[in-house]
This record gives sequence, C-alpha cells and structure tokens, in this order.
Amino acid sequence: MTGSTVVSGAAAASRSRRSRALGRLVFLGPGLAYLVAFLLIPLALVLGYTVFRRGRFGGVVYEVTGENFTRLLDPLYLEVVLGSLKLATIATVIALLAGYPTAYLIARLPRRWKTVALVAIVLPFWTNFLVRVYAWIVLLSGPGLLNGALEKIGLGPYELLYGQGAIVTGLVYSYLPLMVLPLYAAIERLDPQLREASANLGASPARTFFSVTLPLTRSGVVTGCLFVFVPSFGNFIVPELLGGGRSIMVGNLIRDQFLKARDWPFGSTLALALLAVLIVLLLLQAWSARRA
Amino acid sequence: MRKPRLLYVPFWATYLFLYAPIVVLVAMSFNSGGSPYSFDGFSLKWYGELAGNAEIRHGLVNTLIVAAGATALSTVLGTLLAVGMARHSRSKALDAIGVLPAVLPDLVLGIGLLMFYVWVKMELGLHSVLLAHAVFGTAFVAAVVRTRLAHADTSLEEASRDLGATPVTTFFRITLPQLAPGIAAGALLAFTLSVDEFVIAFFTSAPTEPTLPIVIYSMVRFGVTPEINALATVLLAVSFTVVIAAQRMTRLTESLS
Repeated sequence: MTGSTVVSGAAAASRSRRSRALGRLVFLGPGLAYLVAFLLIPLALVLGYTVFRRGRFGGVVYEVTGENFTRLLDPLYLEVVLGSLKLATIATVIALLAGYPTAYLIARLPRRWKTVALVAIVLPFWTNFLVRVYAWIVLLSGPGLLNGALEKIGLGPYELLYGQGAIVTGLVYSYLPLMVLPLYAAIERLDPQLREASANLGASPARTFFSVTLPLTRSGVVTGCLFVFVPSFGNFIVPELLGGGRSIMVGNLIRDQFLKARDWPFGSTLALALLAVLIVLLLLQAWSARRA
Repeated sequence: MRKPRLLYVPFWATYLFLYAPIVVLVAMSFNSGGSPYSFDGFSLKWYGELAGNAEIRHGLVNTLIVAAGATALSTVLGTLLAVGMARHSRSKALDAIGVLPAVLPDLVLGIGLLMFYVWVKMELGLHSVLLAHAVFGTAFVAAVVRTRLAHADTSLEEASRDLGATPVTTFFRITLPQLAPGIAAGALLAFTLSVDEFVIAFFTSAPTEPTLPIVIYSMVRFGVTPEINALATVLLAVSFTVVIAAQRMTRLTESLS
C-alpha cells in the first residue's frame, strides 16, 4: 500500500516535471524563437559588422579591422555626434522647462479637467509622426505664416526653416508629451501636506519648490528627460525635413551609410556609438533610481 | 490652496505650441488656392484630388496588410510569451529580451533587420516589413498581457486542474477568457504602432511596395502641397477619433466594473 503510493507519487512527479517542460516549450518556444531570429541575430549582426572592412563596391569583407573605430574619432564624424548630443540636450531642457509647470498644473486641476488636459497632451502624440513634423514645415517655411506675423510686428522676416532652431522645435514638439506624462505621474503622487508643512514652517514658495517638490519628483524628471533625449538623439527625420541638408545628426549619418555610401561596417559602428551613449544614460538612470 | 498664477503662462503656452501647427495645417487643407501661404477661400477640392491619388491608395492598402498581418502574428506570439513568462519562467534575461524592442532605437532595429534579410538572402517586400513590425508588436502585446496576468486570479486555474481538466482545456477555458481584454488592448496597440511606423519600414520595405508613411515621407520631402495638407487632416481626424473613442471606452468599462 505505502509502496504503491510512493511509486505513483514518483510517477506523478516525473509526469508533472515533463508537463512543466512541455508547458515551457509550448508557451515560451515560439515567441522566444521569433525574438532570437528577428531581434537578437540582427542586433548581433550590427555589433559584428563593426570590426569588418567594407567591400570595394559596398557589401562587406570579412577581414577584422579597427579602422571603423578610428574613423569614428575623425573630427568630421565626432562633430556630428557631439552636435547631436547638443541638439538633443537643448530639446530635453526646453521640454523640461515647458513640461514641468504644465504637469504641475494638470496635477492640481479638478478630476474632470485633469482627464481632458491629459488627453489633450497625448492626442498630438498619437498622430502620425511625419504629419506632426510636416505641420511645422507649413508653419515655418519661406514667406510662411509665422514670418508673415513677425513681419507685421516689425521683426523679420527670418529664415526659420532649415536650421538648428527648427530642428530643436521639431524635437520638442515630437516628444513633449513623453516629458509631461512621467512628470505628471510623479507630481500627482506627491503628498500636498509636505508642501503645506514647508510653507507653514516659513519657507518661500521658491524654497519649497527647490527643497521639497523638485527632489521628491526627481524620478519623473529623470524618466521624462530620458524619454525625450533618447528618441531625439537618434532621430533622422526631424533633421532631414526641418534642418535641410546643412545640419545633420548622427541618425542621418547612419542612414546615409546604409542607403547612400553603402558602408555598412561604418554605419554599424556609428549605431554602436549611438547605443553606447544610450546605455550610459540608462545606467545613470538606474543609479539615480537606486539612490532615491 | 493658493493657485500659482504665474504657472498658467507656460501651461497655456504648451497647449498653444501643441495645437497651433495642427490648426494651421487643417485650415490650409480647405484652401481653394494652390499657395500654401495665403488663404484664398474655402474649398474641398484637395480632398477630391486626394481620393483620386493612386499612390496614396496603394500605400494605404499596403499599410493595412502589414498592420493586420503583424498584429495577428504579434498577438499569438505575445500572448503565449506573456503566459510563459508569468507561469513557466523566472528568468531575468528573458524579461530583458522582452522589453528590448521597446527600448531599442528604431533606427538600430531597422538597420539590423535589413542586414539580417540580406544575410539570409530574403527578398524585401511587404512580408519583410510585416515580420519586422511583429518584433515590437510581440513585445508590446506580451507587456500588456503580462500586466493583466499579474492581476488575474490563479486560484481559478488551480481549481480547473484539481477538477481534472487537462492543461490545454484549462488554458482555453480559464486562462484565455480571463486575459481577453488584455489581449484585445495589446492587439490594438500593435496595430496602431504598425500603421504609424516609418523608420523600420523605411529600411525593410521594397521600393515598389511602400507603406503609407513612406509615401507621405517621399511627398513631404518635396515641400508643402495642399494635397498633403488634406491627407494630414484625414489622418489627424482618424487618430483623434480613435484616441477619444478609446478614452471613452476605458471610462465606460471603469464605471461598469
């Protein structure tokens, strides 16, 4: 009796082990296989190509070389990378300066208006990216509407389209909602009593903001900045459509290596540089989150 | 509580900044004249031209084929992956692979997939864009379904097993119906993202089979035309309607539950 229970128990255990392995295969197998084939292998190809030489007529020669990396340090390319960092940083700072007060006020609106205000922030973001960038071409181009208005008040006309100002405007416009949402989430969580306590203890509104509100909403600030900076840094549509041919960013450089210059190894190396900057930023964010 | 009045300046400036270009764009699409800079009178003629544009229609059909296929594939793969990750694995590496498509710059995924297709000698076409879109689609469906799974009641699955149901029956009769709203939301997200996606499609499509965003891109590069204004207005109207309808629906389901 006891013996048979032990035997059937062992059989059941092995059966359940087998069924668990089967479950893992059935559920995880297809998706994992797909992501390995269409995500990890492509990513490995990008990383792998960085050490090879380009073929004379495009393509790749499987001959290990470090020249792609030395070429990266060429002032010509370094300037583009640094320029992209600068433009993405300016766009992030402007989005933060506009986004913080907006998120702050939304968080203090009555419940009904809060939803309306939030939907109004997200609405442009859900429309096609190219359409949003195009809207700024309409507004900024040639003797366009903004220039007409500027001329009437005695300023301008200026060359508004095709410059760094237009690129920054386009980047802020494209990603501002991604700044406002995490800021709103962080400010909403903040206990209003903390602000009241600070005011009651005699702190000025500015003092309260910088020593209570801002430090307590730091996670929202960091996330928002990351959400704006990351897509801005690698963008190639905004610089192409709003920046004209003159000022290019690292995204344009990568695109051109693949579609025009046909230098895939160098294009991959530039993509690796792009990833390296983003990884450093993500690590900084993780570090900042752990400290909080 | 005292209202910080000064803050209303950047608050309203933000909304003005967000909507001024859209208002101008929509207004100019009804312009009877061909100049993008002066409004000569109301007309619907650009919408008529738009309806007759074969290139745009071709792009739209391609986009819908890609989005429908990518959504179907991502929904199946993503749902299985979500259940597998929640019930059959505790692997951190697997979690990381699951979020990778969402954090990886689209440019990097685009060039990587182009290199992959060339490497395996696959012809580019609508199928290559579809397979590419299913990568981030799968990740987003898996993420949405997983949040739903985290709130799902596991005791129902246990009860089903205890009552002698096979794992297959339990999955189809208990797990799947519980996850249905999450799966629908994930599929909708995958579809929307695919319809709008430009960068990855730009690298993985064949020149003869562009998706709608690629058609728009090639039109926009040649400057402002009233016809693009009309197309942009139609797309704005579609996405505004979808977002507001989705908002209404979530509020409705919230008030029902």
